[in-house]
Amino acid sequence: MEIRLTLNGRQLRAEIEPALLLIDFLRAQGCLSVKRGCETANCGLCTVLMDGVPVLSCSVLAARASGHSVQTLEGLQEEAEEFVGFIADQGAEQCGFCNPGYVMNTIALLRENPNPTDDEIRAYLAGNLCRCSGYEGQLRGIRAFLNARGTKEVNPHA
Amino acid sequence: MLTFRQYLRPQTLDEAYALCQKRANLVLGGMLWLKMQNRTVDTVIDLCDLGLDQVEDLGEEWRIGAMVSLRTLETHPGLAASTHGAMADCLCHIVGVQFRNLATVGGSIYGRFGFSDPLTLFLALEAVVELHHAGDVPLADFVNQPYERDILTHVRLPKHPGRVAYLAQRNTATDFPVLTCAVAVGESGARCAIGARPMKACLVKLDLPESITPETAAAAGDRVAEQVTFGSNLRAGADYRRAICRVLVRRALLGCKEEE
Repeated sequence: MEIRLTLNGRQLRAEIEPALLLIDFLRAQGCLSVKRGCETANCGLCTVLMDGVPVLSCSVLAARASGHSVQTLEGLQEEAEEFVGFIADQGAEQCGFCNPGYVMNTIALLRENPNPTDDEIRAYLAGNLCRCSGYEGQLRGIRAFLNARGTKEVNPHA
Repeated sequence: MLTFRQYLRPQTLDEAYALCQKRANLVLGGMLWLKMQNRTVDTVIDLCDLGLDQVEDLGEEWRIGAMVSLRTLETHPGLAASTHGAMADCLCHIVGVQFRNLATVGGSIYGRFGFSDPLTLFLALEAVVELHHAGDVPLADFVNQPYERDILTHVRLPKHPGRVAYLAQRNTATDFPVLTCAVAVGESGARCAIGARPMKACLVKLDLPESITPETAAAAGDRVAEQVTFGSNLRAGADYRRAICRVLVRRALLGCKEEE
């Protein structure tokens, strides 16, 4: 079957098998930031934005994405660059495998809520699992970014 | 793994219903649970072109389309006001934001899953489901009906269900719940729904005195715990669930009192 979608701002038409998952379609298109993790819709590694909303590409049919706009980290480098350095500074990335999903969901968080509290950050990122870090590094990194950007909340871990 | 030969987006409900009558065909919700099944079907039916992704204000009721995401419900200000925040309390622990952006109301309610948080809350709120063929069915009846080949198009919730509280117990954050509890105290009486027993949620009418006190709330919790049937699975045993039930019902009732 044929699908048409916008991938990272580029109009795309493709012939696919009906049961193809979006994660497999995106990786075949060269978007290797989209990681295959649990494949049970639990870990958040495969997070992409569909019409600006974060979704798990392991659980979306590529056919269902037809007619929609899909963004992966490859298409959001500039927006990600604003804060990923703060996360790296905290040593939050260890194996780094969860990082693209984390970054995608953090982009969604900051678009929806530009000045989140620590609890709001934890709640929004609860669907992104990291088996290395214990999550505090990511939280410190996002908090450091927000503080540097001039938000009011004081980082309790500083 | 779910495998299929054909993907269709019907343009009318009649078309979707006709497709749904074939045993080899399957209606998609958010596809999160279906994807986990080892199942082969001929055609999957996607309702995404049928305009079922809206929350409508009908005056005395909310009418929620089957394709509305759980995240939309969680962040809807009108539903938050109607349920005194219980809608978000019910949904915010389900996996993550990305998951809730995909999971649909139709999938959650049609599936009548034992672990379902929204099924528990919607039962206490006296929801009514709209089926394309069978028409309106109270959720309290629908929950125990067999899985007919009908299409759930909408769920209606009363706008003024009274005071509402939702509580759930999980072994670990974002996991399936060990027990869910929703209480609504309105003009038509008090209702309590208990889910994740681990069987599907059930509704209990509460006989409460005029005012809720710590003593009457505890007594109501004891009665519900004795009345409801619990089972065991890998997350918890029946006795543990019964003990938790007492506590959740008591706390939920006291939560309703605090809203007064």
